[in-house]
Amino acid sequence: MIEVISAARCVECNQCVAVCPTNVFDRVEGGIPMIARQKDCQTCFMCELYCPVDALYVAPDSEGVAGVTEAELERSGLIGGYREKVGWGKGRQPVASHEYMIKLAARAGF
Amino acid sequence: MPQHIRQQPIKQNTTADVLVLGGGPAGAWAAWNAARNGARVILADKGYLGTSGATAPGGTTLLVIPPVAELREQAVTARLRAGGYLSENAWIHRVLDQVERNLELVEQWGYPFRKDETGRPLRTHLHGPEYMKLMRRVVRKAGVKIWDQSPALELLHDRHGVGGARGVNRLTGEAWEVRANAVVIATGGCAFLSKGLGCNVLTGEGLLMAAEAGAELSGMEFSRQYAPSFAGGTVTRGRMLAWATLYDGAGRPLLRGDRIFGSIPELLSKGPVYASLDLADTPEKREFLRRAHPIFFMPLERAGIDPFQGKFPLTLRYEGTMRGTGGLRLTGADCSTSVPGLYAAGDAASREKVTGAISGGGAYNASWAICSGSWAGEGAAHFALSSARTADSRGLTAAGRYGLQAGSDQPHAFEAKPLITAVQREVLPLEINYFRSESGVGGALERLDALLPELGGVIPPTVQGIVQSREAAALLMAGRWIYTAALFRKETRGLAHLAEYPQLDPRQTHRIILSGTARVNIRTESVPHARELRVPEEGRAII
Repeated sequence: MIEVISAARCVECNQCVAVCPTNVFDRVEGGIPMIARQKDCQTCFMCELYCPVDALYVAPDSEGVAGVTEAELERSGLIGGYREKVGWGKGRQPVASHEYMIKLAARAGF
Repeated sequence: MPQHIRQQPIKQNTTADVLVLGGGPAGAWAAWNAARNGARVILADKGYLGTSGATAPGGTTLLVIPPVAELREQAVTARLRAGGYLSENAWIHRVLDQVERNLELVEQWGYPFRKDETGRPLRTHLHGPEYMKLMRRVVRKAGVKIWDQSPALELLHDRHGVGGARGVNRLTGEAWEVRANAVVIATGGCAFLSKGLGCNVLTGEGLLMAAEAGAELSGMEFSRQYAPSFAGGTVTRGRMLAWATLYDGAGRPLLRGDRIFGSIPELLSKGPVYASLDLADTPEKREFLRRAHPIFFMPLERAGIDPFQGKFPLTLRYEGTMRGTGGLRLTGADCSTSVPGLYAAGDAASREKVTGAISGGGAYNASWAICSGSWAGEGAAHFALSSARTADSRGLTAAGRYGLQAGSDQPHAFEAKPLITAVQREVLPLEINYFRSESGVGGALERLDALLPELGGVIPPTVQGIVQSREAAALLMAGRWIYTAALFRKETRGLAHLAEYPQLDPRQTHRIILSGTARVNIRTESVPHARELRVPEEGRAII
């Protein structure tokens, strides 16, 4: 579930508040959004994709809070990693346009 | 943040020709096509058009078959047989024709389909985030008003049919009402908050709203699909397991590569199951898989697991009617329902016409969402624009009853979370819902029925309380519909199965139609290809 909103990175655009399908965030006047309903997080990672500055981190486990810290994430380089893989963001090629997708579908035979 | 609401007046009160409920692919296509047909359209989604629903966070393979008569005939015949003769050939042909045209549009709108060596675009797969971001742009450009974070709670109706809906904005707490002569239900299936990727918004309110207004449901018994997922994550993408060996707790190999339906539930009922993608045995294959499917690998990476060298524990997440096939019964080619003005599309509609009794998972449902959405949008636009009276001149009343403020008739407080847990306890377990038996399902249905009085409690006066109460009511009703239909079909056919009736019974080659909420009525409906069913040797079940 959603674990971290980096105060250092967040630009208070509140895009995460707008896009979260399960309404996990609350807008805060004059501050960064807050994780108001962490347990409602469905761990879909969409907030990460829509965050323009890679300020969010969603841990894979949907059942419990992992308690990771921003400092750990900066060290491991995991924050922002998903957007990079999907190819969203300036100067990146979206994975949708990559031949990998097609090949995968063909090989899986679905 | 106005978290507390007390019977507040409706703040956003407006009219439209067509109101689309749901912002996944089916809702997006419905809204776009209704607008293109001249209707004033509002699309209201519980979450956000672009991120909401089963498609957006992942991706989807499409059912596309080149327009070669022989190939298409083959596919249609195969599906008819596999689907227990409950599909309709004409509808599959319609889908194949329509999806081709719509995917051409998707490309014109800018989706970056890859091309093969001859320059022909390969329109066989859509990456969820990219696809839905594009659909949002297209829908908005078509003039549709998009209301995000605006779950509908109940329909409006009069004796002429439906006439709009009421809901609440989750961010502002304001209540809204839209009067519209046609409503498209595109709210997805019901996945019982089982945390499959993107599926927790799929809680069945659309089905409940429609049923309260008198709509029928069909195929609810075909709902035994569970998706394998990394136990420490949510990503339900079983196709990766084509490269996996499955192991038991002691590290002994159980299965390699391609799976058959039901193998993982069987294995998991005996003990823990682990997967390793060790069939991807070269660095090239590993690199290819990693790059092709970031949503599958990223959570494992974050959990510190190397899925190629190491093993990761598997679990199964119930997919309810989402990857099942049941939903609102369609009565016309325009995806109309039995209630005038009410249309259904995508997973909220029964997909039996194209999938029959087996799962619509993956390709079929994705193409169905595109096509049924388009048809429903067009049908709703024509209906609304040819209506004799304007929606705001109608004497409309709210049709909702369960899990709503207006339905409170008992002194106790409505507690959504414990009710949801109680429903999940009956619906999620493999031993009840996958390994179905008359006694197991019958007992669960009795316990669900006993929860009905809870729905009369007083709704908490908060935005979350209002939305969750309605979700809880919808989950309870959906569970009861599923088990009611499951017990009525005394045979095994596709996704429907009862241990006491392990074989297909040719006399039950019909659909099971439900209506009603607290009291559920059952009837059967004949299907066009029933006579083509030849009983396989010794009446063996078709699965």
